[in-house]
Amino acid sequence: MGTTTLSPARNATVAAALGRRRKRIDRLTRILCIAATVIGLAMLASILATLLMRGLGGLSLDVFTRITLPPGSSGGLLNAIVGSLIQTAIGTAIGTPVGLLVGTYLSEYARGSQLGTAVRFVSDVLLSAPSILIGLFVYTVLVDPFGGFSGIAGGVALAVIVIPIVVRTTEDMLQLIPVALREAAVALGAPKWRSIVFVCYPAAREGIVTGMLLAVARIAGETAPLLFTSLGNLNWSLSLTQPMASLPVTIYQYAGSAFDDWVALAWVGALLITFGVLAVNILARLVLRRRG
Amino acid sequence: MRCAQSGAPKSSTDVAGVPLNPDCTNLDRTVPDIAAPAPTARPARRSRAVSGDTIYAAATTTAGVFVLLLLGAIIASLFIGGWPALRAFGPGFIFDTEWDPVQEVFGAGVSIYGTLLTSIMALVLAVPLAFGIAFYLTELAPAWLRRPVGTAIELLAAVPSIIFGMWGFYVIVPLMAQTIQPAVIDTFVDIPLLEDFFAGPPFGTGLFTAALILAVMVLPFIAATMRDVFLTVPAVFKESAYGVGATTWEVMRSIVVPYTRAAVVGGIMLGLGRALGETMAVTFVIGNTNRIATSLFGPGNTIASIVALEFPESPAGSLKLASLLALGFVLFVISFIVLAISRILLRPRAKG
Repeated sequence: MGTTTLSPARNATVAAALGRRRKRIDRLTRILCIAATVIGLAMLASILATLLMRGLGGLSLDVFTRITLPPGSSGGLLNAIVGSLIQTAIGTAIGTPVGLLVGTYLSEYARGSQLGTAVRFVSDVLLSAPSILIGLFVYTVLVDPFGGFSGIAGGVALAVIVIPIVVRTTEDMLQLIPVALREAAVALGAPKWRSIVFVCYPAAREGIVTGMLLAVARIAGETAPLLFTSLGNLNWSLSLTQPMASLPVTIYQYAGSAFDDWVALAWVGALLITFGVLAVNILARLVLRRRG
Repeated sequence: MRCAQSGAPKSSTDVAGVPLNPDCTNLDRTVPDIAAPAPTARPARRSRAVSGDTIYAAATTTAGVFVLLLLGAIIASLFIGGWPALRAFGPGFIFDTEWDPVQEVFGAGVSIYGTLLTSIMALVLAVPLAFGIAFYLTELAPAWLRRPVGTAIELLAAVPSIIFGMWGFYVIVPLMAQTIQPAVIDTFVDIPLLEDFFAGPPFGTGLFTAALILAVMVLPFIAATMRDVFLTVPAVFKESAYGVGATTWEVMRSIVVPYTRAAVVGGIMLGLGRALGETMAVTFVIGNTNRIATSLFGPGNTIASIVALEFPESPAGSLKLASLLALGFVLFVISFIVLAISRILLRPRAKG
């Protein structure tokens, strides 16, 4: 009975058919994978094209020189841009040193310790935690008790987002430093902190700068945490204790409005912020690549 | 000999100067000499070094503990802020589908349902695409194309979420309302169960549109994680399979995926964690309705969108604000669990 299936000729046809089937499946999956990649790239292209088509037309000097005004009076985005810069600067200025210290702790002091494992875990969870909750948190500790929305509260909320980003890149970059470099410092009699500050930090400089740039790119476009902290402000205000405008919040207010000129201005803001954020992102990659 | 006792190098010139000191070039001679003067010379230097080290160790450890406290403070502030609502409505808060600001009755049911439904739909849409992209970038793409395509996909992750919201509202919503939804509704109109899934007027906004935007947003996170874990598969394993005649797809299915399964699931959970808490994009397209819609095209709400949309109308100290903070607490618990699972699954594989 079995001899028929085992005959060499039949075996060869079965094998050939199987081979063809395997090749067909392989080709099909290749096509599907290429299609998936094309879809992913098309999404990015569609977003960028939409921004250019709707935003480029409204781009003018007025956008940078005039503040937000009522509909119909050709306002700009100056206060929103300045507010975003201030809050992003506060967030980076508070978040980066803290993140740097935590990253140093994880890389240099906490090897194998339980506290270190816990800190690493919590930092990684914070990295992906919903940013709106960070806004609510800062609202309950800085806005509600102190009687009002303020630019500084917005900056602090952004700092909470910066910390885990800088922690991750700092720890990763310090880990990449060759042991020989540390040994060289220790062999010269340098105490540990000196070898970290004067040998490891300079050696990891590109990585640390990259982390900072990525953090700036991330917080510059954050809207949700600012809704409950700096609130937004349609007037000109540089006071850190008053509600402060920001580009993302202004875009949010304008994009949902019924006035055509506000919507147009929202697209200009969206164009500025997206290309700004993407440019900083690409810059961060270039800084890291220079490392070789 | 001075080189051995001169303490920490103060600058690079100290460091560079060391080997030039003739006393130190001959190791045979310096070894016995070190022991003799050390007791007199060392105490001053060591105390200085120890204090510098102590301060730096304390500073970094404090910063580490601060991160733990930060997480604790976030959880505590949301819980304490939401306590009035949790006390007023009890455990039923989580399941109650009523959200009536006039009657002061608030339940989380609708927004939890919306959050889970949109996030899971988003994953169903995004995971196959992400897998395809990761597969393409690791196994199929020519070497010169890998970096630009990979960077482009990663840049998609860098686009601010409010931009996805505007893009969704002005590009995807009209597309859904005019083309996709009418076609789908017509297709399923006479099929008993599916008819209900896709019923309703084609507004363009709603749960499905939100899921679609979320899918595009989490796609780059999942794809990048999958690509990174696929790259950890030792080349020897793949070469062995190719060596016995396996096709690229067979290598993927039989070698790469089994080897990286845990981390792939971790990457998907990371995407889920992102989708659950996404606010601005969803806010634009969800439809903002506090009823459970049976149709996937129906409007709804997620925890994040209801907090963003209702917060401006919630005065400090009101029960409504407490309910929003309680919703935030629920969202934090859900995303913490998801992200924790993701981190555990993504832990680097033990050597050997």
